[in-house]
Amino acid sequence: MLLLQFHDWFAARGWTARAHQLALVDHAERGESVLLVAPTGGGKTLAGFLPSLIDLAGKPKRARKRGLHTLYISPLKALAVDVARNLDAPVAEMALPVTVETRTGDTSAARRQRQRHSPPDILLTTPEQLSLLTAHPRAPQMFENLRTVVLDELHALYNSKRGDLLALGLARLSTLAPDHRRVGLSATVKDPAPLQRFLVPQPAQGEALSALVIAAGGAKPSIEISTSDSYVPWAGHLARHAMLDVMLAIQSAKTALVFVNTRSQAERTFQELWAINDNNLPIALHHGSLALEQRRKVEAAMAKGSLRAVVCTSTLDLGIDWGAVDKVICIGAPKGAARLVQRIGRANHRLDEPSTALLVPANRFEVLECNAARDAVLAGELDGERLKAGGLDVLAQHILGTACAAPFDPAALFAEVRAASPYAHLTREDFNAVVDFVATGGYALKAYDRYARLRKTEDGKLRLAHPRLAQEYRLNAGVIVEDPMVEVRLQSRGKPAGAGGRKLGELEEYFIEQLSPGDTFVFAGQVVRFEGLRETGAYVTKTNDPDAEIPSYNGGKFPLSTFLAQRVREMVSAPERWHSLPEPVQEWLKIQEWRSVIPKPGQLLVETFPRGNRQYLACYPFEGRLAHQTLGMLLTRRLERLKLHPIGFVANEYALAVWAAKDMGGADMDALFDQDMLGDDLDSWLAESNMYKRTFRNCAIIAGLIQRRFPGKEKTGRQVTFSSDLIYDVLREHEPDHVLLRATYQDAGTGLLDIARLGDMLARVKKRIVTRRLDRVSPLAVPALLEIDRQMVAGAVDEAILRDNEDSLIRDAMRVD
Amino acid sequence: MTDLLIDVNGETVLLDSCGAAFLPAQSTLVFADLHFEKGSSYARGRQYLPPYDTINTLLRMARAVARHQPARVIALGDSFHDRDAGDRMGPEERGLLDTMSRGARFTWIAGNHDPNPPDWLEGDVTDCIRVGGLVFRHEPVAAFEAGEVAGHLHPCASVSKWGRSVRRRCFVSDGLRMILPSFGAYTGGLDVGEAAIATLFAGPFHAYMLGQTRVYAIPRRIAV
Repeated sequence: MLLLQFHDWFAARGWTARAHQLALVDHAERGESVLLVAPTGGGKTLAGFLPSLIDLAGKPKRARKRGLHTLYISPLKALAVDVARNLDAPVAEMALPVTVETRTGDTSAARRQRQRHSPPDILLTTPEQLSLLTAHPRAPQMFENLRTVVLDELHALYNSKRGDLLALGLARLSTLAPDHRRVGLSATVKDPAPLQRFLVPQPAQGEALSALVIAAGGAKPSIEISTSDSYVPWAGHLARHAMLDVMLAIQSAKTALVFVNTRSQAERTFQELWAINDNNLPIALHHGSLALEQRRKVEAAMAKGSLRAVVCTSTLDLGIDWGAVDKVICIGAPKGAARLVQRIGRANHRLDEPSTALLVPANRFEVLECNAARDAVLAGELDGERLKAGGLDVLAQHILGTACAAPFDPAALFAEVRAASPYAHLTREDFNAVVDFVATGGYALKAYDRYARLRKTEDGKLRLAHPRLAQEYRLNAGVIVEDPMVEVRLQSRGKPAGAGGRKLGELEEYFIEQLSPGDTFVFAGQVVRFEGLRETGAYVTKTNDPDAEIPSYNGGKFPLSTFLAQRVREMVSAPERWHSLPEPVQEWLKIQEWRSVIPKPGQLLVETFPRGNRQYLACYPFEGRLAHQTLGMLLTRRLERLKLHPIGFVANEYALAVWAAKDMGGADMDALFDQDMLGDDLDSWLAESNMYKRTFRNCAIIAGLIQRRFPGKEKTGRQVTFSSDLIYDVLREHEPDHVLLRATYQDAGTGLLDIARLGDMLARVKKRIVTRRLDRVSPLAVPALLEIDRQMVAGAVDEAILRDNEDSLIRDAMRVD
Repeated sequence: MTDLLIDVNGETVLLDSCGAAFLPAQSTLVFADLHFEKGSSYARGRQYLPPYDTINTLLRMARAVARHQPARVIALGDSFHDRDAGDRMGPEERGLLDTMSRGARFTWIAGNHDPNPPDWLEGDVTDCIRVGGLVFRHEPVAAFEAGEVAGHLHPCASVSKWGRSVRRRCFVSDGLRMILPSFGAYTGGLDVGEAAIATLFAGPFHAYMLGQTRVYAIPRRIAV
């Protein structure tokens, strides 16, 4: 059934086409959309392209309709470029009459224009480029003969804002080229149905699924957990005690990827490894804050096989294949089984050989988490994802883009959008509200009709009011909103801050703002001293302070998955399974059992105890730091009302500890942890939450309320941040139901605040809270209390910060009260 | 509400946490940089900021007026965001302004955004006014002048603690002259460490940061 040409090509390389590759050819012949679920190394990408290559091979150029035949979309532009390279081999060797090109942000303007007028047969690009293409007036000509869309790494896209953008772009393509079919390529997922829905237009009633092909699994990975029977740290995430193990693992491998969870961990691990790198093995560092050129250099060295190890963050979770990687080392908590599978899959891209991985827990809870994750991976169980509804902010951007291509009929566009699975349940009211928002701001009490962006045409369509708006749309398109960043520049010592300096990378502005000149920190693999912040960036000099701070800047912080949390709780609740844990961890749990209690499955343990001159309350929901922080904010509000005078709290991935002036043991815990805290308490806290304001800012930028940049005039991140807070305050006060505030609330459910997860937890533990009033701290509470440097203040935090910095002399002398 | 009293060139000034200054001895209330209709000004460029900034600013003004019951109100300039802002103000907003100006005498200092405030405006329009030991104008003059009270610069300050920083509008004073924070709902800010502000003061000064219910006196060396 393969064309002879293809059969020979496979045979010449000693390959036979795999079953799933042939299955995809079958589905293509029937014109069906299909999802292929296959582990890494399964020849997934070739499977996706094979039907297109066969179709194109059968038709000489002259016999074909003009225009694009196959569109390939990947979440990473590097991946698109790499796939283009890999397609060159079969195309050249079989002399196929097929042109393949990429289109990314780096493609020249001339080439992009040429691609619109005279597209290649196969175009490889990203979701952002797809929306720009569909927003162009020439989109109908470009896509009219489109046959196939291939969506790579769909599991990484479908349930995110980029997935929303992609879904809306695909819905547009369904209108422009109704006959095209789609192929989704995905790593193993717990539930493929949402991805199958994503691939096909959804009917007005019920749901439609694409076909599904599941490739045979590869060899089971071999996963080791590094444990020392003599010492396991109580807290921390650096695993310094295990660095020798890590170094030995690197020495025994050809090439190793060393994954950590945050950029600061990456910096520190890199330092620690070089401190014991007696053989001078080439070990490099890779994370999202490093200068782009530096990252490219590391990637190129990796591709050449000249590195023995790279210490990296999630920046390398996805990406191009490096054949030489034969070991993956994961330091710290795996956070989720699917994430672990993805990372392990980065080693050994050959299906029939097992990937080998070493997990290095950095503390006692992480030992539990690593064991739970290994058990889950070996049992073939994965985390599920909470499905989010399509973002209204992304929809706003899409509607403006649609108007940039041509006037549109609102009713027709509504039907088109509803066919995209994330928007299958969108109401007409919400759609209209978003259209109004795009047209005039959508404000209830006052309209900006005079300055509308969209105007009605005589036939009831909506058209763009001014061509300049299309230019603005292009500049603001995309749904990735970066935190405001500051360039970090290294200058020579003795020069005044601001003079010269080589760019080391970028750091979040809020981190830089907390530094004072003279502070030292580790960045880009070296210890630097902060000299000052100038308009052009943050200036640093080299130093060798051994006590340099590890910057606690964000990035790559994923919460523990719900699924893995469940497995960790089960492990804690099952003393008969403790024997497989290292000695110090077993002892820790046994003393907990003796001194307090081990909660039974489904229970939430709440302990209270005095320590020093403070009273503590500790609980162990295992729901991740974000949900625990939200819980901490809400609990302290309630404790304040109960006159128990909460002072502060600390949240980690597993536990929450609150301290107060008064004993909290007498409180009614069922009432304290009641779900109704997600009502008024949540509402009043959101009004002042920085996280929530950041969520609003992202929505406002995506929806186009705040522009990223004006043509010819760059707005700095700082100005955007500040004004979005002002807008938030005014909008919240005067029109709390505005569509943008609804979009923000929708995001907060799953995003930075994890409210939905907190809600599930509170429902789960209702009537299942077990309390213990102890006379001193319990073993389980120790790790949380050791993280007290990350404490949060109860109540109005910002006011407390102001109070703390105040000149008390003036305050006491001049206050009138 | 807890107020802070400071001394500026011998005159006692009450700093209200809403961002207004009150001179009890002169029964004078001072606002700076109201920027009425900044939101609708952006809408002309098709950026639709919520059109509630003017009413928001006026309601906060009205609360301060009700609280201090001043005989005189001084607006330190840039009260209107642009030349046509007065025309774009709605009847509700103009009504609020009318009500306020019936109870107190208004002095509108002309700013760079509003060299000619709208002619329907009640009160006096001037470049500069002296009250007690203080002289009020829109933009501070670079040469040192004791007793100068100005706006224009929209000062802000930041302090940090527990890995988090707080940025607020602030009054700035060294006891001889003073800059007021901007009062308009959509007015951003300039850090007190920037030369435009810091060089106005020969010696140490304080940033008086606006809290929710009180004003915090932060020494210059701490405020960024």
